[in-house]
Amino acid sequence: MSALLQVRGLSRHYGQRIGCEDVSFDLHPGELLCVVGESGSGKSTLLSTVAAQLAPSAGTVRYRQRDGEWLELGTLSEADRRRLAREEWGFVTQNPRDGLRLNVSAGANVAERLMALGMRNYSQLRGIARSWLERVEIDAARIDDAPTSFSGGMQQRLQIARTLVTQPRLVFMDEPTAGLDVSVQARILDLLRGLVNELGLAAVMVTHDLAVARLLAARTIVMQGGRVVETGLTDQILDDPQHPYTQLLVSSVLTT
Amino acid sequence: MTPSYNFAFLDEDTKRMLRRALLKAVAIPGYQVPFGSREMPLPYGWGTGGIQVTAALLGRDDILKVIDQGADDTTNAVNIRRFFARVAGVETTEHTVDASLIQTRHRIPETPLREDQILVFQVPEPEPLRTLEPREAETRTLHALADYGLMHVKLYEDIAQYGHIATSYDYPVLVDDRFLTSPSPIPKFDNPKLDRSPALMLFGAGREKRLYAIPPYTKVESLAFDDHPFEIQRWEHRCELCGSAESYLDEVIVDDRGSRMFVCSDTDFCGDRRAEAQA
Repeated sequence: MSALLQVRGLSRHYGQRIGCEDVSFDLHPGELLCVVGESGSGKSTLLSTVAAQLAPSAGTVRYRQRDGEWLELGTLSEADRRRLAREEWGFVTQNPRDGLRLNVSAGANVAERLMALGMRNYSQLRGIARSWLERVEIDAARIDDAPTSFSGGMQQRLQIARTLVTQPRLVFMDEPTAGLDVSVQARILDLLRGLVNELGLAAVMVTHDLAVARLLAARTIVMQGGRVVETGLTDQILDDPQHPYTQLLVSSVLTT
Repeated sequence: MTPSYNFAFLDEDTKRMLRRALLKAVAIPGYQVPFGSREMPLPYGWGTGGIQVTAALLGRDDILKVIDQGADDTTNAVNIRRFFARVAGVETTEHTVDASLIQTRHRIPETPLREDQILVFQVPEPEPLRTLEPREAETRTLHALADYGLMHVKLYEDIAQYGHIATSYDYPVLVDDRFLTSPSPIPKFDNPKLDRSPALMLFGAGREKRLYAIPPYTKVESLAFDDHPFEIQRWEHRCELCGSAESYLDEVIVDDRGSRMFVCSDTDFCGDRRAEAQA
């Protein structure tokens, strides 16, 4: 099967400092790839650069569209970049408050991307919003409530609903479960796993939590100091780490 | 006329700058053109944008009418009319049919306008997306890409909260199938008058330093949902002075026991109808 996303030699520098350096990987349709590493290892920089939110300092990112045509993201116009982000991609931020529109109701948050795609039928929008709230286990009766009245976990689930409502082909997630308590994390991960399987999405997820990688991802990339130090099947990396840094990461996971 | 001022208060170079911006605005219907807004002898919010557009347009043969919320006799209207009578010496009128140039705050006259008339609107906030998107760079990008899904979020919120589109003034329109535009805070009752109007409509926002235009006979569409179409306000009353059932009515409290009456907001239209009835 042909890849969905091809990243080759991607670097992003902040002046003299390195954000990420010489990263290459392929992502296939329906695959969930985890990027793990300590704080400051360049995970989020990599994600933003791949998602064309930051301009790369070197290297290329290629994306295969619905019609099978390859796009070179570095040469994309602002209009095309936004069209991709609107129609084919989704981005889930670590802090749901960054990804949600807080001054409008939950229903409007879910329906916004549909309206951006030109859907102009109120009752239809409403029906889809309600069904998505139920899918992410939010009581549909709260459709007109402000997201600010939701708990942190609910806000994160709302952001997931808002992102997935247009059935994107590729989703970028930046630590979607960080900052939530363990039981809420588990439910969101469970939910994500279900949705990813059901919709057949491809996803790149950044996390510092190896347990998340083990639960969700078939393949994992380990980063340190902006560079990829190890890449491979998640089970292989976690059970038989080769690089000293990965060994350190794996051994520092608390086990009970 | 006060001789110590240049004709119509502004100097000729400033008027030329304004006219160039206006030409650009007419060439790109609904597009907000930046201009170098001047200090005017009037506070922001009282029509500094409109008054500059009027000053740039006035010729010695023009007949000027100024209305505020439809009325010719309110403070804002009287002041601006007197201002131009003093600094330009132009003839002024309260009759819509006699005017060649009409500066307005928050209404379009009930009397249909003609091709030889220009309507100048005072605009407090030219950016219809502002309440949803505070970043100017972002709203400009959204305009450039005609990416207007956001505006429907506001209409969605209205229906979700009130059961219908509750926005009743400054109702967003799409001009010439391209630019999302604020019609200024006119009641949505007046929105249909914007569509394919024979008169040129110019909009000036002094504080925000933007001009825009709806040229004659341009398509102006009020946004809506398929199953919640655009509707204008309706009243169960008629005007108590002239009996009109088709004009925009103001509700006026007439004593301290809560008695009220409904009267036309357009004083010239109401007065003409009463004069006709007496004749």
